[in-house]
Amino acid sequence: MPEALAPLPEHRAIPRMPALLALGVRLAPYPPGDMLLTRLARKILARNPGVLERLGSYRRSRFVLTASDVPVSFLLDLTRDLPAVSLHRDPPAGDARISGSLAVLIGLVHGVWDGDALFFSRDLTVEGDTSAVLALRNAIDDAELDLGQELATFAGPLSGLARRLIEGVERTTGVPLTRSGAVR
Amino acid sequence: MMELVCPAGTPASLRAAVDAGAHAIYCGFADDTNARNFPGLNFSRREMAEGIAYAHARGAKVLIAINTFPRAGEMELWHRAVSDAATLGADAAILADLGLIAHAAERHPSLRRHLSVQAAAANPDVINFYASAFDVKRVVLPRVLSVEEIATINRDIDVETEVFVFGGLCVMAEGRCSLSSYISGKSPNMNGVCSPASHVSYVEEGGDLAARLGGYTIHRTPAQAPAPYPTLCKGCFKVGARTGYVFEDPASLDASQLLPALSRAGVTALKIEGRQRSRAYVAQVVRNFRQAVEALAEGREVPVGALARLTEGQAATAGAYNKIWR
Amino acid sequence: MQLTVGPIQGFWDAGLWSAFYERLAETPGISRVVLGELVCSKRLPFYQTRLPDAVAQLLAGGKDVALTSLALITPLKRERRMAAELAAMELEVEVNDLTMLAYLPEGARFSVGPLVNVYNEGTLAVLQRRGAVGVCLPPELSAASVQRICAATDMPVEVWGWGRLPLAISGRCYHARYHDRAKDQCQFVCAEDPDGLAVDTLDDQQFLAINGLQTLSGQCANMAHHLPSLRQAGVASLRLSPQTTGFFEVIDLFADLTSGRIDAEEFCAKALPHAPGGAFCDGFLDGPTGVAWSGARGEVRTQPAGTP
Repeated sequence: MPEALAPLPEHRAIPRMPALLALGVRLAPYPPGDMLLTRLARKILARNPGVLERLGSYRRSRFVLTASDVPVSFLLDLTRDLPAVSLHRDPPAGDARISGSLAVLIGLVHGVWDGDALFFSRDLTVEGDTSAVLALRNAIDDAELDLGQELATFAGPLSGLARRLIEGVERTTGVPLTRSGAVR
Repeated sequence: MMELVCPAGTPASLRAAVDAGAHAIYCGFADDTNARNFPGLNFSRREMAEGIAYAHARGAKVLIAINTFPRAGEMELWHRAVSDAATLGADAAILADLGLIAHAAERHPSLRRHLSVQAAAANPDVINFYASAFDVKRVVLPRVLSVEEIATINRDIDVETEVFVFGGLCVMAEGRCSLSSYISGKSPNMNGVCSPASHVSYVEEGGDLAARLGGYTIHRTPAQAPAPYPTLCKGCFKVGARTGYVFEDPASLDASQLLPALSRAGVTALKIEGRQRSRAYVAQVVRNFRQAVEALAEGREVPVGALARLTEGQAATAGAYNKIWR
Repeated sequence: MQLTVGPIQGFWDAGLWSAFYERLAETPGISRVVLGELVCSKRLPFYQTRLPDAVAQLLAGGKDVALTSLALITPLKRERRMAAELAAMELEVEVNDLTMLAYLPEGARFSVGPLVNVYNEGTLAVLQRRGAVGVCLPPELSAASVQRICAATDMPVEVWGWGRLPLAISGRCYHARYHDRAKDQCQFVCAEDPDGLAVDTLDDQQFLAINGLQTLSGQCANMAHHLPSLRQAGVASLRLSPQTTGFFEVIDLFADLTSGRIDAEEFCAKALPHAPGGAFCDGFLDGPTGVAWSGARGEVRTQPAGTP
């Protein structure tokens, strides 16, 4: 009977959010940030009704996403008809909490990393209702979201420029800010 | 070329798998009728129709898994799934329950029937029984057989065989295991889930992370070590004075190096496990295996794919295909 | 409510095996006995020649007798030959792997064992059309399923009543693995644990038991508390799974329980010392988990730590 695990293959590198970018996220004023993120979330959910459908019985959950390297927590509150997102320095209460580096969280939305693999390697940790997290992960994976693209459209006539800026940051930092078709 | 049968838990994964070169996709309806009944996963009837259209337009097949065992008194849900699979134009239904197979053969004879791995048909005689009694065209072999035994089976049967080559690994004969419901109340056979996430807890205790299922400790790992999911049969337990992986290490299946042997053993189709994995994972595994089966068909060396890091971030094994595994 | 003794799950010494059936033949209260090798084809040669005598004694003792098939028949020549020989015998076969349907002659009467996946009335009807005359349902079934299946069939229905539950069967031998041996060189080490070898969690919670290729529950199933509801559902018999010690005391207690001489509480108190693993479970019938026990909490040796 094997008593210990064989050595594991070396884990691939997940890029760290550059200090300056992380600082930017940390210092971002909260109320305008809340407004922007809420608008973004409502727009995405309206355009992708399948996300809420896939959540099924977890349709009314409060999800806390903690970017542990910033550190900042996002509360995605689906308890009311209109979803809301708010930023918090300390993780607020919720039905389930997902924690990982900001790059991991963003990459997960974009399908760059496989949630199971991140979970096994502990790049991602889950607390609270594991089923709710699974439902959210599957719903988002199916929606093929592109946060970079969505954010860029907020820039209105400058969206093309914003898009190129986001892609530039993605290239130099390695943080997956747009949708991808492959696992890294 | 051996047929590549690929998993899809969502419509996005189905499209990703088709685009990556899958010959066939297997998927299920979003209810108790399929053995990957996870939150947020699987297909509505509308999504299934769209998925079938997408796959057929690109020359790929869709196989619908209806492979749990119908609950007594509630068989209607499973009957409707079979009927809808036929109506939606699925290329086959993957079935496990004897009664459901008989029902499908009688009511929907033109819907091709595959025998699910959950039926644990592990020898030529029982496969021939399913073929003659219910006109089953293909059998998914349980993961308890060696390559030699698969060859033996193929010599003695007339139906196609499909084998798992990558992903999760059952150490028990599939469909013949109720460990999960013993501990959690939910089982693959009845609920389509094994070691369900709803019963999982991770607790930090004295520098260790304890992974529990239904309150039972399945793993205890040091703070920085990888944390395997607490799948019952891959836990670390105490027996007598010893501690270890009594049933199986937390490893997953990778039989990519055995493709030539499986081809020689007469296998028709290769199956990739993982309807619960992300669309990006599915696409990557499918691309790698498509290259491998193409190479094999052209008599080239099978490339050593970059699949290792996709194996749950863990060790990989060829499982029972190597006889020594037992 | 009748009582059936199921096949021995563990690997017993041949002498003990013979003595067990000799005594069982003389034991009142048991109406039916299923015997033969359920788990591992390598064990059968050790007692195969003793089978005819045991069967003759049981028949002479007035018991119905059936011979079990293996739980998992693999492509091994030895196992396929065993299946063919079993089908050719004069005795009723208890099918525990559907492979037997390929071997049994058309119209042969057989019974269906607890390791066949009979989860619903549709499957049972298919088996009945092929010659099934009785069924012992899988232990995993809920009380509601048992009730619905009973209501839908005219066949006698049996339910697991006592003993470590057969939870899984594999191609891999866990006893050989535990002793760092290959399956082919197992040296029959499972004989050291004829009632199963306990598997506990790292937090010392009682969990499972291994028996060669088979995985058993760590706790002993005991359906005493469910007797009234099983009767009401129309269940005809309870299956008692043999163990090397205390089994005849358990039979006597079940005879007292089913005839109403003692109640379930008295039964449980008197039977606990004979329970393999020293603890009871009966949760598959009414939840929430298979390992759950409907009786007083204090009777169970170890409780799960943490929260689900």
